Amino acid sequence: MSNWKTFTKGLIKENPILVLLLGCCPTLATTTSAINGMSMGLATTFVLIMSNLVISLLKNFIPDKVRIPCFIVVIASFVTVVQLVMQAYVPDIYETLGLFIPLIVVNCIVLGRAEAFASKNPVWPSILDGAGMGLGFTFALTVLGSIREILGSGSLFNWRFLPEDANTILIFVLAPGAFIALGYLIAIVNRLKKTK
Amino acid sequence: MAKKESTLKNMLIALMVITIVSGGVLGFVYGLTKPAIDQVEANKNLKAINEVLKSDVEIVSTETKDIDDLTYNLAYDAEGNFIGAAIKTYSKNGFGGKIELMVGMLANGIINKVSVLSQAETPGLGANMVNDKFKGQFDGKDPKTFTLKVKKDGGDVDAITAATISSRAVSEAIKKAADGFEANKDQFMKGGNNE
Repeated sequence: MSNWKTFTKGLIKENPILVLLLGCCPTLATTTSAINGMSMGLATTFVLIMSNLVISLLKNFIPDKVRIPCFIVVIASFVTVVQLVMQAYVPDIYETLGLFIPLIVVNCIVLGRAEAFASKNPVWPSILDGAGMGLGFTFALTVLGSIREILGSGSLFNWRFLPEDANTILIFVLAPGAFIALGYLIAIVNRLKKTK
Repeated sequence: MAKKESTLKNMLIALMVITIVSGGVLGFVYGLTKPAIDQVEANKNLKAINEVLKSDVEIVSTETKDIDDLTYNLAYDAEGNFIGAAIKTYSKNGFGGKIELMVGMLANGIINKVSVLSQAETPGLGANMVNDKFKGQFDGKDPKTFTLKVKKDGGDVDAITAATISSRAVSEAIKKAADGFEANKDQFMKGGNNE
């Protein structure tokens, strides 16, 4: 597989959310607004790229039987780095994402890419794989967040186009709205893929 | 380099090296971000104190007192007269957990302003408590005549549409601050001679 394909497959063809349906927990919970979804996506992308890089470098050093604990330690370290940096420099976003930042540790996309790709491939493709998967994740989260914010709050990226007391479809900022929006989004993507 | 065999020695070495290096990196990043994180916390508190006690009189000195589980930031003017207190209060009954507020009470027992320090309510619903439309209704109210309960419960507080639980929690937190202020007011008045 060429490097370019390694990078782009995560965006649409093997998009972690829309096609593989991995990591749905943060997807449903943090996409209450476009900016929240995007921040979550970018935080995960950073962790994905860094953990893929390190795990690919260490793949021959780590014995098979202890590979999962080793991966988890590497991933958890990068997540904590992200958490500290966000707490220091973007406290507002850190507060809204709250619990879901530390939960990136157990995000199955990150561990999944480490196990399925980085531990078997050279460094450069592993970085591209992490970047592609991460950006695909970010893309899906941003789109989902935008849909829910437009329908539920009448704004987009905090820019309000409806008055504050307008009657918006409140269910879209709540949990059931997340499932409904994600369901329709996946249906649309599947339809588009079929026509291609 | 060939793949390491899964012998006990190799496994121990791999795990140990990885955890030690990770620990070192984390300690380094923690030290690097610690000052910025502390700064963010301190700024948030200071900003909220100034915001909720804003009036014509200039605040010259402040003093912090912890009574029961609320924190009172007492403000005094140039002559040492008591201006009011910014009270850090909380409610655990929010829809998304704990809500922390800073309530500014003036010396005459009137609520000056309310500021939200932290909340985890539903965006678009309970999270609207940070807007002036909701929290502005407390400005200039006297807790003796303005009952700090939502209208549904027989009080005077206009609840946020579809977020009665959040509104109730905010009312409860403000009431806690107002009651605490009333009970300890005399003590605050005397405490101003710190020139």
